[in-house]
Amino acid sequence: MSITRRRALLGAALSITLLAAGCGGSDEPGAATATAGASEADVKAALEAGGELTVWAWDSTIEPVAAEFMKKYPGVKVKVVNAGTNKDEYLALQNAVQAGSGVPDVVQLEYYALPQFVLSKTAADLTAFGAGSLESAFTPGTWNAVRSGGKGVYGLPIDSGPMALFYNKEVFDKHGIAIPKTWEEYAAAAEKLHQADPKAYITADAGEAGFTTSLIWQAGGKPYTVNGTDVTVNLADAGSQRFTGVWQGMLDKKLLSPVVSWTDEWFKGLSDGTIASLVIGAWMPSNLESGAAAAKGKWRVAPMPQWESGGKAAAENGGSSLAITEAGTKKALAYGFLKYIAVDEGAQSRVDKGAFPATTKELNAAAFKGKEFPYFGGQKVNEVLAESAAQVVPGWNYLPFQVYANSIYGDTVGKAYLGQGNLTDGLKAWQDASVKYGQEQGFTVK
Amino acid sequence: MTAVPTIRPAARRPGHAPAPPVSRRPRARSRTLTVVTGVMVIYTLLPLAWLAISATKNQEDLLGTFGLWFGGEFALLENIGQTFTYQDGIFGRWMLNTVLYVAVGAGGATLLAALAGYGLAKFDFPGRRGVFAVVLIGIACPSTALAVPTFLMFARMGLTDTPWAIIIPSLVSPFGLYLMWTYATEAVPNEILESARVDGAGEFRTFFTISLPLLAPGLVTVLLFNIVATWNNFFLPLIMLKDPDLFPLTLGLYSWNMQANTVGGDVVFDLVITGSLLTIVPLIVAFLLLQRYWQSGLAAGSVKQ
Amino acid sequence: MVTRRSWIGWQFTGPFLAVFALVFLAPIGYSAYLSVFRTKLVGGTGFVGMENYTKTFSDPQFWEGVSRVAIFLAVQVPIMLGLALLVALAIDSGRLYGTGFFRVSIFLPYAVPAVVATLMCGFLYGIRFGLVGSLNEGLGLNIPDPLAPDWILTTIGNIVTWEFVGYNMLILYSGLRVVDTALYEAAAIDGAGQFRIIRAIKLPALRGPLVVATIFSIIGSFQLFTEPQILKSIAPNAITTYFTPNVYTYQLSFTGQQVNYSATIALVMGVATMIVAYLFQRRSLKGVD
Repeated sequence: MSITRRRALLGAALSITLLAAGCGGSDEPGAATATAGASEADVKAALEAGGELTVWAWDSTIEPVAAEFMKKYPGVKVKVVNAGTNKDEYLALQNAVQAGSGVPDVVQLEYYALPQFVLSKTAADLTAFGAGSLESAFTPGTWNAVRSGGKGVYGLPIDSGPMALFYNKEVFDKHGIAIPKTWEEYAAAAEKLHQADPKAYITADAGEAGFTTSLIWQAGGKPYTVNGTDVTVNLADAGSQRFTGVWQGMLDKKLLSPVVSWTDEWFKGLSDGTIASLVIGAWMPSNLESGAAAAKGKWRVAPMPQWESGGKAAAENGGSSLAITEAGTKKALAYGFLKYIAVDEGAQSRVDKGAFPATTKELNAAAFKGKEFPYFGGQKVNEVLAESAAQVVPGWNYLPFQVYANSIYGDTVGKAYLGQGNLTDGLKAWQDASVKYGQEQGFTVK
Repeated sequence: MTAVPTIRPAARRPGHAPAPPVSRRPRARSRTLTVVTGVMVIYTLLPLAWLAISATKNQEDLLGTFGLWFGGEFALLENIGQTFTYQDGIFGRWMLNTVLYVAVGAGGATLLAALAGYGLAKFDFPGRRGVFAVVLIGIACPSTALAVPTFLMFARMGLTDTPWAIIIPSLVSPFGLYLMWTYATEAVPNEILESARVDGAGEFRTFFTISLPLLAPGLVTVLLFNIVATWNNFFLPLIMLKDPDLFPLTLGLYSWNMQANTVGGDVVFDLVITGSLLTIVPLIVAFLLLQRYWQSGLAAGSVKQ
Repeated sequence: MVTRRSWIGWQFTGPFLAVFALVFLAPIGYSAYLSVFRTKLVGGTGFVGMENYTKTFSDPQFWEGVSRVAIFLAVQVPIMLGLALLVALAIDSGRLYGTGFFRVSIFLPYAVPAVVATLMCGFLYGIRFGLVGSLNEGLGLNIPDPLAPDWILTTIGNIVTWEFVGYNMLILYSGLRVVDTALYEAAAIDGAGQFRIIRAIKLPALRGPLVVATIFSIIGSFQLFTEPQILKSIAPNAITTYFTPNVYTYQLSFTGQQVNYSATIALVMGVATMIVAYLFQRRSLKGVD
């Protein structure tokens, strides 16, 4: 009995594969309805008619705003599920798509991960619902990100991370350090601080792909170009060299704390002043408030250090969008929800709950800019951050396999942070490994 | 693949009935040996001491004071209270889920292992020799690589995001099978089975009324190992479950820990640590309750009368 | 064996094997099927025959992981089992104060869930604020960074030892509990000392349990995963994505979307592990039965 049962199971397993292989790209039904003239009127009708939506998001502001949405549209039931934070969620999404069951209607995707899901036709094109007309509602950087280098619109931005310099004023003042305007000044400040207090570091960087690419972005580098399945990777361009020039000097002098971001040790350093500054995305204030509560009143925000003195360039760091899955059957309804969260009432409501907006209207609102943050000694932090949002260098692309590429940063560039080898060689190794992977996956990579 | 490596050689020595442990010759206690072994205990308990001490600290002291000494405020009770009330008291839910998974999963695994181990030890049947090899293949393949195929299969069967996705895999314990096999070989004398057969009792009846009581100490041992394994199960729930209402404790704590990582996320290291301590406590209690069975449990043959 | 050959044994073994087949064998069969295909992000799925296998054997990252776990197996397992043996003998000797306390304390680390262990490791090994840092600073010691690439495998060995000494100790301890006390008495009459009793009676009695413990340790070493994965969160550069074969298969199938190749490596490792475990078992039990 057991033997036949086992055989039956094996057979079941095989047939699953065949099915999975058979329905690999689910590009038929949804797309058909979308292009067959689904319009804003359809979206409105869908909202009136109601229905049930499943949303995967880990952003904590989505759930309360979804509740407000349901109050406005009583016929719609939105189930917000935290299916894991970033990489965990992406894996769950890949699994669900491959299994052909349990795929949510709406899913949160970070900008760097979106291209991958566009390529695999997991994220649906929203142009048919009128998403194209929303261009002016969003900052150029985030809009560019959801276009994903293609002709469609594959998600609506829900937050953004224009970078700024967060610094511990108390520590800076104690050691007579002025706010660095350029990266050279930043490096000099790092040296001064560490000499004055060997326990203190200007910042912590144990090697983080997202941070490195953001700095290259700000420096004007364009290491990735994507044209359909033609991809180029060049991590030795002028922007990349600018980054390695400054950063290698700091590494050589051991001016960067090797503490890994987001660990309790990192929050400890942010609390007690041994990590004196962070150059990071605009979403950071709420994380500082809850993770480094002890340092209340000590932190301030200033514009990002520049690569050229007098320059006004910024880059995005993190940030995410909401996308509609191709497998979802209620795309018009889902779009109605997306628009509510990203552009309409939900946008302001999420800002009130601590999110940093991607919409120009909310960014430029007087109440937003004028808000005083007690944690930052009453500073009007959003003024600085909104300014940064307007200065993001245009034209940046991520690879359609950036999630994988970022995961091997430690394998390749990591050694440079440990004092073995240098960043230039590390970036070269990262480039080679990314190219190799891209080729194995069927891309034309140069 | 011939014999299973068993602990038979020790138990097999003919001619002597092993004396119960209590009747062992009392020997002089040794301070030196106690101190030397004590070093080993310090090694094992130091990280746990850190956990216990940290659970008494609030978030600020946790990040601001030395790990192996108490912070300014003794916040253990507040922490426990908060752990159970945070996010509408979902921690309690996770604890109940874990208890359910452990009760059904570990309980079922123990029963299946006992049946199978007994079957392998006491019956000759076609294919018996292959079982050991097959089980070895199963546990020799890295589990991480099998996770995605398993997920896809379970998704096809509609089992993902249900308690069954956790319970069914917990029902197999190869180590338990191993142990029960060894144990049944020794603990259930063939003569008793023979006489039961002569009396015309069915095999399952014999198993439940005669053999199972003899196997009780072994069962408890396997149960304990299974409880720990199921209680600490993390990887599988991570892949199979989306709904936080179904999470076991390990996955719940992980999700709290990950919150620090997200935009607008609430950093709750203090609750993660207190929750971790609360997660371990029931296991310690289980150890203490079951340890008297344990002494004789793993020791195949010690109850062979 | 008490019965003539019959099918009744299947009724007892069947339920276990049915679930085992579902949970272990079906995914393995599925993996074997997957291992002869390759799915690309661009271009979809195609049959590639044995290509994934030839790729495995010429993959330097795979071999690096294999040699790492081989070193780990050769060094850590003897130390861990040696410690477990010493503790088991000490507790069994009856010469300790507070035997029950020792037994439970040493076993306790096994009960610590991985999520908790991550936090503990951060505290213990953290470079800046960890215990090692505090010791260096407070006592003027010069302990090298346990998370540096040169030391990380040692650190992992330490963690695994910490977790599993008690577990193995119990297996061995139980083996000692079944030794017939009459043997000790006979030895005492012959004037044998403690160490002679250990050598002549206790160690031979532990042969079986040691084999069980070693086989599970071999499998555990080849499948080394949780501990490096935990340490990766605080030492991302010292632990590569191919640190051990199991870490590698995880990376391939979870991040790299290379499920086919991952399945191939898993099968290769499974067969290799089986061979090593089987050879060990045969060698060590030679002449016992």
